[in-house]
Amino acid sequence: MATRNISGEAIKELAQIVGSAHLLTESLEVSLYEYDGSVETGRPDLVVFPGSKHEVAALARWSNRHRVPVVGRGAGTGLSGGALAREGGVQVVFSRMNKILEIDVENRLAVVEPGVVNLDLSRAVASAGLHYAPDPSSQKACTIGGNVAENAGGPHTLRYGVTANHVQALEIVLPDGEMVRIGGGAVDPPGYDLVGLFVGSEGTLGLVVEITVKLTPLPESVKTLLAVFETADDATETVATLTAAGVTPAACEMLDGWTIRVVESSIQAGLPTDAGALLLIEVDGMREAAEEQAQAVIDLCRKNRAREVRTAQSERERETLWKARKNAFGAVGRVAPDCYVQDGVIPRTRLPEALRRIGEIGRRHGFDVGNIFHAGDGNLHPMLCFDHRKADEFARAMAAADEIIALCIEMGGSITGEHGVGMEKDRLMPLLFSQADLALMKGVRDAFNPLGLLNPGKIFPGGKGCGEIRIPAASATEGKRGTARVDEAGGSGPSGADGALRDRQA
Amino acid sequence: MRASGENLFEPISAIVGGANTSVEAAATRNYAIGGQRPAVVAWPATADETREILRLCVKQRLAVVVAGAGTKLGMGGPPSHYDLALVSTRMNQILEHDPGDLTLSVGGGARLTDISKCLKAHHQFLPLSVPYESLATAGGTVSSGIDSPLRQGYGTVRDFLLGAEFVTGSSHRVKSGSSVVKSVAGYDLHKLLVGSLGTLGVISRLNFKTFPLPEVRRSILATFGEASAAIGFAQCIAHSPLAATSLESLNATLVDLLRRGAPRSASPLPVPQLSGRASEWQVAVGFGGSEAVFRRFRNDAEGMAREWGATDSLLLDDEATAGVWERLVEAVPLLLDSSPAATLVHAGVLPSQLSTACAAAESSAKRHQLPVALLARAVGAIYIAFLPDALNPETILRLAQAVDETAEAILAMQGHWSLPWCPEDLRKRTRLRGDERPDLGLMGKVKQVFDPENILSPGRFAGGL
Ligand SMILES: Cc1cc2nc3c(=O)[nH]c(=O)nc-3n(C[C@H](O)[C@H](O)[C@H](O)COP(=O)(O)OP(=O)(O)OC[C@H]3O[C@@H](n4cnc5c(N)ncnc54)[C@H](O)[C@@H]3O)c2cc1C
Repeated sequence: MATRNISGEAIKELAQIVGSAHLLTESLEVSLYEYDGSVETGRPDLVVFPGSKHEVAALARWSNRHRVPVVGRGAGTGLSGGALAREGGVQVVFSRMNKILEIDVENRLAVVEPGVVNLDLSRAVASAGLHYAPDPSSQKACTIGGNVAENAGGPHTLRYGVTANHVQALEIVLPDGEMVRIGGGAVDPPGYDLVGLFVGSEGTLGLVVEITVKLTPLPESVKTLLAVFETADDATETVATLTAAGVTPAACEMLDGWTIRVVESSIQAGLPTDAGALLLIEVDGMREAAEEQAQAVIDLCRKNRAREVRTAQSERERETLWKARKNAFGAVGRVAPDCYVQDGVIPRTRLPEALRRIGEIGRRHGFDVGNIFHAGDGNLHPMLCFDHRKADEFARAMAAADEIIALCIEMGGSITGEHGVGMEKDRLMPLLFSQADLALMKGVRDAFNPLGLLNPGKIFPGGKGCGEIRIPAASATEGKRGTARVDEAGGSGPSGADGALRDRQA
Repeated sequence: MRASGENLFEPISAIVGGANTSVEAAATRNYAIGGQRPAVVAWPATADETREILRLCVKQRLAVVVAGAGTKLGMGGPPSHYDLALVSTRMNQILEHDPGDLTLSVGGGARLTDISKCLKAHHQFLPLSVPYESLATAGGTVSSGIDSPLRQGYGTVRDFLLGAEFVTGSSHRVKSGSSVVKSVAGYDLHKLLVGSLGTLGVISRLNFKTFPLPEVRRSILATFGEASAAIGFAQCIAHSPLAATSLESLNATLVDLLRRGAPRSASPLPVPQLSGRASEWQVAVGFGGSEAVFRRFRNDAEGMAREWGATDSLLLDDEATAGVWERLVEAVPLLLDSSPAATLVHAGVLPSQLSTACAAAESSAKRHQLPVALLARAVGAIYIAFLPDALNPETILRLAQAVDETAEAILAMQGHWSLPWCPEDLRKRTRLRGDERPDLGLMGKVKQVFDPENILSPGRFAGGL
C-alpha cells in the first residue's frame, strides 16, 4: 500500500529493513504518533521501530534514495514538537533500541542505546554508587537519545550541569547512512568538539545510535529542604539572594501558590496549600559540606521571610517532595484540558520582576498562570492553561506566551532553556539571532543534512524565511541590557519582536 | 604569490589606523610560527574592524593567524601560508559582569588577569588557570582549548562557556549561545571554537558562567614510591565523596623541575619537602571550601594516602599552596624552557589506563634515552614531556621514535593524543600525526562552513585543516 508521499515499492523495502512487525502503516496506528508533549501536531506517513544501529543506517540510506524525510523519536515527551513529522515521512521510534550496552564503573562511563529511559540508567548503576546526573522531570519516560537531541536539563542541572556536560561520545548515523563515531570515551579527543555541536541539535544533524555518558557518584549526603513563603516575591528574592551569595544548591525549584494547590490536590504530598510559594531546595555532597550549605540556605530563606523551612526527615519524605515536583505537569492535566508550558530563561537577578510581570501578562489575557520551574537556573516554566475547544482561548494563550517570551528577551535571556526550539519556537529564533547567525547555523545543518531529509522544518524559521521577519533591537550575546544591533542585511526594524510575534498570530 | 608588507600596510591601516598596523620586523617577529612570519600585524579594536580585515583577506586570499597574547601560538602545526597576524588584544574589555547572576561577558582579547581582578572584587572567579596565566587572553585560552589543574572540580572551558560572538572566515559577525546560564536555542556553535586554534573564527566576545571563590584553598602533597600507587591514590580520591578541585600526579622529573624552576624562570619554590627523588611520584590534591569541611577532607585524604603506601604526606600552608599551584599551572612553560627540544605530547586516556599510559611513556623515553616529565590529571589527561638536552638531527630522530611509540601505546588503549608543542622539524618526522580519527571528514565539513576560503590559520589544525 502506498501513502501520500511514499510508493508501495518503497514501503516494501522498508519492511525488509526493519521487519514488517516493526512497521506501522495503518492510518489509525500512525495517527498515534501525531503528538508529543507539546501543543503541536505533525503526522508521519509511516512509523518504524528499528532494532539495531545497522537498521538505522539502512533506513537513512532508504530515506536518501527515496527522498523521504525521517524524524527520530524517543518517548515523545518533548515539549517543542521536536519529534513530530512536520513534513510527513517516516517516524523512526527508538523504543526497541533500549539496551544498556556497557557499564564501566571504574571509569564511570556507560554506553547506551538511544532508547534507554533516563531513569533506567540511574537505576542500573545505583548499586555501584553511581547515577546519571541529568534528571529531567520526565525522567521516568524520556529517553537518553531524546535528552541528547534536546540537551535536556532537570532540577539537578543547577549543580551537575545539563546533558552536554555528561555526554562523552556519540555514534551517529548521517542522513546518507554513514555511521561515524564522534568524541571518545577518554577525555580530550583532538579536533573540533563535534559532540558539543551535536548535543542539542534536535535531531537535525544525524540520528544518534549509541551514546557514551559519564556517570556521577551518588552524593554521600543529601538534604532536601522545603521553604514556605507567603508571597512569590519572597521566594524569588530568596533565589536571587542565594545565587548572589554564591550558595549553589544541587537543585532549587519553585512552585507558586496556584501550582501548590493544583499539585497538592492531585498528589497529597503535604504541601501547605495556603502558601504563596515554595522553594524545594536540595543540597548534597560531603556530609559536612551539605550540612553547612543547608544551614546557609535555611538562614537566607529566613532572612527573606520564609514562614517555615522544613527538612525532609526520611528518604520517603524526600521522595514524596520530589514526586510532587516531578509529577506537577500531570497534576495540571487534571484541572485543564490543555496546558502550554514555556521555557524562557532570564538572569536570576531579574526573577522577582519577571514573575510579577508574567502574572500581569496572564491576567491581561484572562489566564491563571502557574509557575513551577528551575528557579536556581532562572529557567522559567510558566504554564498557561486553556481549553482548545473554546473559541479564542488557544489564540489568547499563544498571545500571552509571546509576551512572556518577549519579556525574557528584553531581560537579556533566552527563548528556551531546555525544551528546544523544535517547531514551536522556530519563528522566534530571529528575536535572538541575526540573519548571519542563522545562516551559519543553517550552513552547518546543510553540511550534515544536505537534502534536509532529517527532521525537516525544525529550529529555523521556515516558510516565509527569516528575511521577512523583522529583527529586533536586542540580541542574545550582546548584553543583558541590550544595545541596538543591526543585522548583516541591515534590517533592524523598529519593533522586530512584534513583527515576528505578529507573524504567529496572523 | 605571497603578499608583501608594504602592499598590505595601507589597506589594513585604513581599517584599524596606522598606529594599530605594523610591518616592522620587531612586530612581525613576535607572531612568527615555526619560522614563518606574517607580512603585517593588525590590532583591530572591534568585531566590525575585524570583519573589515577578514573581508579584505578573503578578497586578496590572505592567510590570517589570530593571536591573543601570543603565548600559545606554538600549539599546532605551522600555517601552510601566513600573511597577516590579527591580534585581539585591543578587544580587551570586560563587557558585562552580573555578579548576582554569576555571569560575565568579555571581549575576545580580555586578559585573564583583568578578568580575575574584576571577579575577585565580588568573591568570584573563572576556573581558567592555564599556562601563561599572567599574559593569556580569554579568546586565546578558549581557542587553545588547554585545560587547567582545576578541571577536576570545575571541568574545562566548554563546561562554563555560555555563548560567543565571532567573525567567521567569510567575514560574518555571528553569535551563538546566550549570556544566561542555560539556553538551548540554536546550535552551540561556540563549543566548536574551543580548541579550534583560530581556524574557525576570530572571537570578539565570550560569555561565561562564573563561580564563587571558595572560602579557603588548601593542598595536600603525598609522595609515593611508584606511579601506580600515586595514580591509584588519586583515583581513590576521585571516587570518594571528597570533591577535590585538583588531582595531579607528577613524576620525579617534573617535581624536580617545579622545585628548582627552569633555568630562565624565577626563584626555587619554598617547598623543600617536594622531594624529587628519582622514581618517586607525588600527588598534589587541591581543595576549595570551608575550614570545617577541610578538616574532614584532610583526615580522609591522609588516611587514603597511608592506605596507598605514601611515604610522606604534607599539608601545605597558604603560601606554599599558592606557590605549588602557580608552578603547576605554569608547568607547560617551565617544561618548554627546560630543554632546547622540549616535546610535549598531550594524551587523553581512560582513568583506569593512566598508570599503563605513563609506564609506556616512561619506558619509551628510557629506550631512547630521553628525560621525561609526566603530569597525569585524574580525569585521564596526561602531559608527557620529552626533554633532551640538545636540539639536533639525532635528538629529533630519537624524539620521533619516542613520540610514535607512546602514541601507538595510547591509541592501542583507545586513547587520544596530540602534539601541541615540539621542535618544528619533529612534526615532519613522526609517523603518526595525532589526527587518526574517524570524524576528521565531519570536521572538514565544519571548517568549510565557517571558513570556505580557508583563510584562517590554514593547515594548523588536526588533519591539516
Ligand atoms: C512532564 C514533563 C516534564 C519535563 N521536564 C523536563 C525537564 O525537567 N527538563 C528538560 O530538559 N525537559 C523536560 N521535558 C521535556 C522532554 O522530556 C525532554 O525534552 C526530553 O529530552 C525528550 O525526550 P524524549 O525521549 O521524549 O524525546 P522525544 O520527544 O521523542 O524527541 C525529542 C527530540 O529528540 C529527537 N530524537 C529522539 N531520539 C533521537 C535519536 N536517537 N537521534 C536523533 N534525534 C533523536 C527527536 O527527533 C526530537 O527532535 C519534560 C516533558 C514533560 C512531558
